[in-house]
Amino acid sequence: MDFDDTPQEAAFRAEARAWIAANAPKHLEDELKRASFGSSAVESEDPLAAAKAWQKKKAEAGWACLHWPKEYGGAARSPIERVIWGQEEGAYGALSGPFIIGHGMCGPTVMAWASEEHKRRLLPPLASGEEIWCQLFSEPAGGSDLAGLRTRAVRADDGSGDWIVSGQKIWTSGAQHSDWGLLITRTDPDVPKHKGLTMFFLRMDSPGVEVRPIKQANGASGFNEVYFTDVRIPDDQRLGAVGQGWEVSLTTLMNERLSIGSGMSTGFPELFRFCMEAEIDGAPAVDDAAVRSRLAQFAVRQSGLKYTGMRAITALSKGETPGPENSIGKLVAGATMQDLAAFALDLQGESGVVWDPEESPQNGRFQAMLMRSPATRIEGGSDEILRNIIAERVLGLPGDIRVDKTVPFKDIPTSGRAATK
Amino acid sequence: MNLDFSDDQKQLQAQVRRFLGERCTPATVRAILEGPEPFDRALYAGLAEMGVLGAAIPEAYGGVGLSHLELCLFAEELGRVIAPVPVASSIYLAAEFLLQAGSEAQKKAWLPKLASGEAVGTFGLVEGQGRMTPAKVQVTARDGRLTGTKTLVADGIAADLAVVAARTGAGSGPEAVSLFLVDLNGPGVSRKPLETIDPTRSYAAISFDGAPAEALGGTGDGWHIASQVLDRAAILMAFEQVGGADHALEMARDYALERMAFGRPIGSFQAIKHMLADMYVAATLARSNCFYGAWALATGAAELPVAAATARVSATTAFQQCAKNNIQVHGGMGFTWAFDCHLYYRRSNALALALGSLSTWESQLIERMRAGNVEAAA
Repeated sequence: MDFDDTPQEAAFRAEARAWIAANAPKHLEDELKRASFGSSAVESEDPLAAAKAWQKKKAEAGWACLHWPKEYGGAARSPIERVIWGQEEGAYGALSGPFIIGHGMCGPTVMAWASEEHKRRLLPPLASGEEIWCQLFSEPAGGSDLAGLRTRAVRADDGSGDWIVSGQKIWTSGAQHSDWGLLITRTDPDVPKHKGLTMFFLRMDSPGVEVRPIKQANGASGFNEVYFTDVRIPDDQRLGAVGQGWEVSLTTLMNERLSIGSGMSTGFPELFRFCMEAEIDGAPAVDDAAVRSRLAQFAVRQSGLKYTGMRAITALSKGETPGPENSIGKLVAGATMQDLAAFALDLQGESGVVWDPEESPQNGRFQAMLMRSPATRIEGGSDEILRNIIAERVLGLPGDIRVDKTVPFKDIPTSGRAATK
Repeated sequence: MNLDFSDDQKQLQAQVRRFLGERCTPATVRAILEGPEPFDRALYAGLAEMGVLGAAIPEAYGGVGLSHLELCLFAEELGRVIAPVPVASSIYLAAEFLLQAGSEAQKKAWLPKLASGEAVGTFGLVEGQGRMTPAKVQVTARDGRLTGTKTLVADGIAADLAVVAARTGAGSGPEAVSLFLVDLNGPGVSRKPLETIDPTRSYAAISFDGAPAEALGGTGDGWHIASQVLDRAAILMAFEQVGGADHALEMARDYALERMAFGRPIGSFQAIKHMLADMYVAATLARSNCFYGAWALATGAAELPVAAATARVSATTAFQQCAKNNIQVHGGMGFTWAFDCHLYYRRSNALALALGSLSTWESQLIERMRAGNVEAAA
């Protein structure tokens, strides 16, 4: 047992570290380290421009999408090298926010399902950050129940083979600055829900696409609604066969959970620092027995996640596939962060209600965490869906009894349409 | 990066698991729960023969000369079957005290006997209620003789040898405490068995009335040495707890698959599935923290005190959660004497207190992180 690099890993780390030292946008480092969870990583300049500049620089030097094949804009590096890169990139990794969906979810789906010609056209500018992608999956009527989606795609009646799409997506991160979207639609409402879906990709500036930002509960607007009104999509922008959309979407969702769950922060180091500074009856809060008990429970969750990650890295380093223990990441991190933020406010006493970067401890970090963390427990698979996945795929428990699996989609009761006898 | 055990180590673990699977069934545990014996002597002898007891004891002292990494994995297996044997007291504690602080003569005299199972050792620290402090140590050592009562000694009925923390100075500080080796079969020793929540381990109050005792380590070093050894033992015990948690989860899962209610397996209800998923999460976090502890134990890292408290807090929490929810999943049957759920419930709650209670370890974890190791867990 050790935490050491192999000689090859050490050489790669040194190379990455040297390149980052020579090329990273150092003027942004302090700001990136200070940034609160749920707010824009950079505020002193255009965050999207800063993100694109860093991604382009990385791509030109062969540090973008390290694990992708070279012909698609990657560097054909091993999974462990990708992990090492992430460790070395450190705070600058926060600049990759606008690309997480594209690199983590849309890219792998395109790689698995698109034609060779499309892959060579689409993937390199995605890797280099020149083109941004979003994932058009969730709908007002279908989030956890994704296969209940209602956005319709029908063949155009002009013989072109094109598809005409109408409907609405929601919770689309980054749609407002995306060039491309990965879109799942219903092409056949007469078959059971999972069988009538088809996946496409499309330009987000296609006529009939309208993006409307959603004002969130925390006041920010990271998510959007996307409306489709008779949007025309050529048939060659279909991924997988007609009716195979559910299978294609699973590629995306598996990547989504891996990519979101890895290396998530819980806010513990910040809370610990706060408890060293804050006082209870004139003594440091960290010396209070009740505080210690809470802190210890947060500490072991944080450290359990860290070492669970290291066990996964160990598996990668040996060329093995990490085990199912990796699926706990987001479930633990989201709930921990929410509880931890509420606890930090509690320690601030009645003044914990103040959310003002000038007045609140640590620039209002804990208030920001409190207000953003509900979304963490929902996005990319809600806590409940993740528990189902652990129970079914890891522990081998039976799936839910489903009343909607074998009936034609059009006959499934919905909130607005009760079952008829 | 290699946060995993080697294939050889896992193979040895598998052997011990097979052995325990045959030799330590729930019936074995019940025989101790319901019978007069303080532990299963045949099982203990078998473990000695397999090299489990001597795993981390050097060959020069009659051990097998493997490492603490192997001992961690063996501990996990003992915990999985809640083996009714005094391994924790004799090996994680007594042998570890001798290895850390014993003189050459003391090691030669006792380690071979502990490794072979010929003698059982234990550690006497606790006096009275509440978290132990140096001030509470009232058993007194004078001129090589001990006087006073250790009110709770794990495996105290069966033990032949005790490492005893005794007062050698005035004041309430740690420097007033020293360690002594006492032959419990010698004069001036009387034991009183205690009724506990977990009769699958024996506990006794041990009174010393001028019992002959031999110093272990330097005068005034007792509290410090004990703290180091308790950290090491905590990591090993955390592996036992993770093994127990794992098995309790498995019992609950199996029952959820087999038990039908409302026309379907209860494991298809989300209320049950989610409870089981949360048990899996707790057990997984604890296991990963234990790996960190094993690394610290094997390498003697400066982080060992933080790693020990981390593994211990995490494993205690996980075993308690899994054992209590195992009963919940079993419903009323889980609360019967006939079902094995209560065996794990008892053990989880007994181990949560052994070596210091959960709140004590929680407090120590934060104290140690505060002392400068916060980056270790961050």
